[in-house]
Amino acid sequence: MTPPTHKEVPTSDFHAGPFFGLRPVARKEFTHILRDPSTLFFALLIPIIQLFLFGYAVDTNVRQIPTVIYDESHTQQSRSLIQAFAASDIFHVTTYVQSVPAMYATMRSGKAQVAIRIPYDYARSLQGGTTASVLVLVDGSDSSIAGIAVDASTGVALEQSLARIPGLTSPAIDVRPSVLYNPSTRSANFFIPGLIAILLQTMIILLIALSLVRERERGTLEQLTMTPIAPLGLMLGKMIPYGALAFGELCLILAVMRVIFQVPINGSVFMLLLMSLPFLLTVLGLGLIISTRARTQAEAFQLSMGTILPSVFLSGYIFQISTMPAFFRGVSAFIPATYYIKILRGIVLRGSEFPDLWVNALVLTLMGTGAILLAARAFVKQGAG
Amino acid sequence: MTPPDASTTREAPPAPRAVVVVNAEHLTIRFGAFTAVDDVSFHLDRGELFGFLGPNGSGKTTIIRALCGLIPLSSGDATILGMDVRQHAADIKRHVGYMSQKFGLYEDLTVQENLNFYAAAYGLSTTTAHARIKELLDLTSLEPYFTRRVAQLSGGWKQRLALACAIIHSPEVVFLDEPTAGIDPVARRSLWDLFFQLSGQGVTFFVTTHYMDEAERCGRLGYIYMSKLIALGTVADLQQLPDANPPGTSRLELEAPSISALLTQLRQFQGVREATIFGRAIHALVQTDAISALQAAFPQLSVRTIEPSLEDIFVTLTLHIMSEQK
Repeated sequence: MTPPTHKEVPTSDFHAGPFFGLRPVARKEFTHILRDPSTLFFALLIPIIQLFLFGYAVDTNVRQIPTVIYDESHTQQSRSLIQAFAASDIFHVTTYVQSVPAMYATMRSGKAQVAIRIPYDYARSLQGGTTASVLVLVDGSDSSIAGIAVDASTGVALEQSLARIPGLTSPAIDVRPSVLYNPSTRSANFFIPGLIAILLQTMIILLIALSLVRERERGTLEQLTMTPIAPLGLMLGKMIPYGALAFGELCLILAVMRVIFQVPINGSVFMLLLMSLPFLLTVLGLGLIISTRARTQAEAFQLSMGTILPSVFLSGYIFQISTMPAFFRGVSAFIPATYYIKILRGIVLRGSEFPDLWVNALVLTLMGTGAILLAARAFVKQGAG
Repeated sequence: MTPPDASTTREAPPAPRAVVVVNAEHLTIRFGAFTAVDDVSFHLDRGELFGFLGPNGSGKTTIIRALCGLIPLSSGDATILGMDVRQHAADIKRHVGYMSQKFGLYEDLTVQENLNFYAAAYGLSTTTAHARIKELLDLTSLEPYFTRRVAQLSGGWKQRLALACAIIHSPEVVFLDEPTAGIDPVARRSLWDLFFQLSGQGVTFFVTTHYMDEAERCGRLGYIYMSKLIALGTVADLQQLPDANPPGTSRLELEAPSISALLTQLRQFQGVREATIFGRAIHALVQTDAISALQAAFPQLSVRTIEPSLEDIFVTLTLHIMSEQK
């Protein structure tokens, strides 16, 4: 004897759309953030500290290379040559030595990266009209310094030689290089806009991934899957508070860049902020994907950190993309920071406008949307377990 | 007593006795080559408190997740309130409550914020939520802790809040997955009083537990072992199961001074199938024809025939299955 089964199917009094749950999740997430002011403080402060550290440290303009002099000539002519070297900003004469072994020892110890040896017959050769030879030794262990030191020493020699041609008042050809967009070629102007992308990415991916994985660890995610909250509602509900936090951080970083590092923003600040949104979308999506893969907060941390190095080295932040091997050029096309750095440098340095940059924003928007859909699908497949 | 649905816009369905609200027929769930739930059939009547027992990893949680529509069925059928779990997973979620030993609470939020969040998560309107939260505060006596953060509550109060959050949407069916694991006996008992109060109002409970005293409070029980439902019925039904009382055996209570010293000897005695200590006595399953030999060998024992306890039944059933598999 089986009892009667339940006949009527209860009717719903609302229909949960694909974004259902967005508002309660976003509100709850804001409460989490505000409830823990120390976490909030560090989340906002650490990128600023890093900006100061790297903003001052990263300077690729080679200046003041420590230089050792071995002057065997001891004449007025040799002293004027030394002065010519010292006067160029490239060389900084730190040591004088009195023997060849001492000269090499100074180089080997790293106290000097350039050595200049002026032979005893230097002045005599000049006066006698024969070619005076000067030995310049360059430490090749840092290739960028070596290249610049070689060029600069050749330049100094050429200048000194021309000065000795009687009756020559002006050179036959005068090349006047003029640098557009970053006229003082300050490396801060070049590196800080790129650094913004790296700092924002690190902060956001970690925050949002940890927030979801923490729910998984504590069992609240399991509870959420039993509610009618839709996966996209949950994802977007998480993204809004962290996106807002990241946007605030972006404004803060831009202010520090402008006021403290004195990097002028040549384009429209509004356009810069607007075009930052697709990047925020993409890295938030990336954080969500990580959170669907990671079981524990430690795992989420590892995975988040794993995204940093490719973004630093393959996005054009440090190495120019056009000089990379084809394979890595291909890889760089899949890195969101590649596109955002183009936007940042374009607007900050060149004053680029929407028509110059919209493709980058479009690629980021597509990447971001794809990442979010991918994360939502992975989430449903796992039964959110 | 007002039914829990009274405050929501949903009309409480008429509640005649013995209406099936959960029905599982030949429920089977496979994960790849592994069969997590194997041909399980049972049904739950309205207002029933059904206990589900079994070792860890035997498939209890998987069945709950499947009934809530979170895991696809490999074969078989399941309905909740007449809704097929394959087609109506979204609707089912709105009529089903779920609470696990992990609480599912946000520790950094207050009692109020947790309740508000779950009310919104179930789509309750602000006025409905307000009325319902007040009702639940009365039911669970959580009122004095309303503005306190969950992290500051003791385990028992957290569990009450977890229950309040799980039934904020006035579900007809509530799944409780080891709801009292790690809670002290007093808090455990008062939580069970709440379950009974709600089941008296027509809410149907499906409870998994490892505690035999909790199992004995359930109207009916299911015992799952190695993905198979091997026993189903009231405590009295289970006590009469042939497999729990193998023919030619008797369930005995043996008493003697310093009983624990005798346990090993008894276990090795010809005709003793099971022996385990219960307080100051030994419960043993002994072949009936060996009883006199046993008494002759251990004259100090006082021997009494008893009904099997739930634990006796589950141990006997499990050993029976294990011996069949060998």
